[in-house]
Amino acid sequence: MQLSVRPYTNFQTTALVVLRVLIGWHFLYEGLAKLGNPYWTSAGYLAESKWWFSGVFMFMATHEPVLAVVDFINSWGLVAIGAGLMLGCLTRYSTIGAIVLLALYYIAAPPFAGYTYAMPMEGSYLLVNKVLIELAAVVVLLAFPTGMLFGLDRLIFRKQTPEYQALQQAHG
Amino acid sequence: MTDEHTNQGGQGAGDHWSNISRRGWLKALFSIPVVGVFLYNYLRKKAADDAKRDAIMSELRVAETGPAVIPDAISRPPGERLRVGIIGFGGEGESLVRNAGFAHPGWVEDAIEANREDARNKRLETYMNQDDLNIEITAVCDVFDVRAERAIAASAVDTRPGGGSANQPAKRYRRYQELLQSGDVDAVIIATPDHWHSRMTIDAVNEGIHVYCEKCMTRTEQETHDVYDAVTNSDTVFQLGHQNRQSESHNKAREIIEADILGPITLVEGTTNRNDPWGAWVWDIHEEGNPQTIDWEQFEGPAPNKVPFSLERFFRWRCWFDYGTGLSGDLLSHEYDAVNQILQIGIPKSAVASGGIYYFKDGRDVPDVFQAVYEYPDRDLTVMYSATLANGANRGLVFMGHDASMKVGGSLTVTADHSSTRYEEKIDGGMIDPDRPMFTYRPGFKGIDAVTSATEQYFASRGLLYTYRGGRRISAYHLLIAEWLDVIRNGGETSCNIERGFEEAITCHMATRAYQEGRKVEWDPVRRRIV
Repeated sequence: MQLSVRPYTNFQTTALVVLRVLIGWHFLYEGLAKLGNPYWTSAGYLAESKWWFSGVFMFMATHEPVLAVVDFINSWGLVAIGAGLMLGCLTRYSTIGAIVLLALYYIAAPPFAGYTYAMPMEGSYLLVNKVLIELAAVVVLLAFPTGMLFGLDRLIFRKQTPEYQALQQAHG
Repeated sequence: MTDEHTNQGGQGAGDHWSNISRRGWLKALFSIPVVGVFLYNYLRKKAADDAKRDAIMSELRVAETGPAVIPDAISRPPGERLRVGIIGFGGEGESLVRNAGFAHPGWVEDAIEANREDARNKRLETYMNQDDLNIEITAVCDVFDVRAERAIAASAVDTRPGGGSANQPAKRYRRYQELLQSGDVDAVIIATPDHWHSRMTIDAVNEGIHVYCEKCMTRTEQETHDVYDAVTNSDTVFQLGHQNRQSESHNKAREIIEADILGPITLVEGTTNRNDPWGAWVWDIHEEGNPQTIDWEQFEGPAPNKVPFSLERFFRWRCWFDYGTGLSGDLLSHEYDAVNQILQIGIPKSAVASGGIYYFKDGRDVPDVFQAVYEYPDRDLTVMYSATLANGANRGLVFMGHDASMKVGGSLTVTADHSSTRYEEKIDGGMIDPDRPMFTYRPGFKGIDAVTSATEQYFASRGLLYTYRGGRRISAYHLLIAEWLDVIRNGGETSCNIERGFEEAITCHMATRAYQEGRKVEWDPVRRRIV
């Protein structure tokens, strides 16, 4: 009975949890670094946007009230998602949030052939960049959730933990 | 994933808090140590960064925030309504009138269209954000009919900053003397070619009319003395059009100098690099320009050489010494005034200059490549100006001290010198990296500016187009006009007054004379003459 609610091997679980914590760490620091820099704004990134959605991103960059909201959501979003992934707290929502943010970063400035950006990049990319890889990694975390195994979600969603459900079944 | 509920078995499934085993708690809170490691490292890094910055800042004694002292141009509400005349409604005249709150309706339409095509283009927003200066443009004089009509249309525009209502159209005067004597103007903006500046300024102040005059203040040394005497002997308020006086980064640079961050400064280099015909004064020749629509005789006026009607000379007057002084009066004047604002150096002891017409061989007689070197022996300082109109590299305005260099433009950076005496300890201790700016001042604005033309980019990069107040982008021209009007109403001193104007004009003319006469010229401070 219990095996059925324990789908991962220890190795799989460890690998997934380590991946989740590392991505969380990255998000959390990205967010805190932005909050700690009074000069930071996403305006430069948004204004450089290429591809289909550039008009939307350009609108964000050039309308100060909108930009203020975007900057707020972006920096605090990164902090919340990062903390969520590290702590395993509301992991599912954090994962979805991370996918949304990363997808926005990617479509704002996709490394398609023929697109050049003034912002320096630390590597060489063609279609696939580190944003897309991190996005794929977060999709893996969504497909193979670990918050209920290792994380505060064990406490938040006590009734849904494998152990609780196994207990229910054991006690009929 | 081992069993862990067995020791909880007796308590029943309903009490789910107590169902959590010690192992369960450990699994729930497993990442707390990781978060601890994160926070420990984060706080350590932050503390180290803060300590480094505090150490540099306490050493420098300059705040990272906006300049403490900026000309107080917009804090006082405008008092009585002033009637302003405009003489010369070419590119610069139109820009000044627009920055006083009166854009030509065609410009408004273009700005709306430009914003529709590229949302970064915020010309209209910047215009509409201007303070209402409580003036009206009552009188216009331009020798070209098209421009005079354009000025009249601008004076009655209904798209006004601050929601001001449209005014009555200005009256056109064929001769500027009639405008000055009409009794219709309290103050006048002079944006004609340079060869007219002195005569118009003198006539205006003699009528008791306040003057905002474009740079260069005059075309010759004698005119400079005449303007100086006329303005100082009048009760009028004079402002010379150097926008850098209102730029945040230039005022911040003054603070850096006062805090003696650079150490002894021995060399300042101001530069101009432009690489497009427009930047070299090959301006458009209007299709309606002809001897019927242009009063050529009045255009020539005090020009030393009278020539037959010429569209090139009318529309591209900066290319000839008859009407201006080329790079000297147009762009060296900006660089010099910025240095004078920041270092307060006054007129140099001597000047040499060289250059030639090396690229734009289009019949002009002013050089398109030009260098001038000024000596200030009592300040142990050389100021040099270097310009080409056929290359667009960005060299900026750099103040070179023994301990650090400062680059001033739209923003400002200070970089410690590898061999600095003052910062030696901090460089050796790793607190200051001489390969990176130790102090950066960026005006407090987070938005995106789009500047379209190469000439606009040139001015924006030098902090001469826009500046920032409280995070709001404002035209530096607007602030300079606002300051002039404020002093007219409430008293005080304009930031580029007749003393600064005298220094600017004489210094530019020293370079022009040195170039034309092929010799080193000197300033005799007793006789107040270039010798």
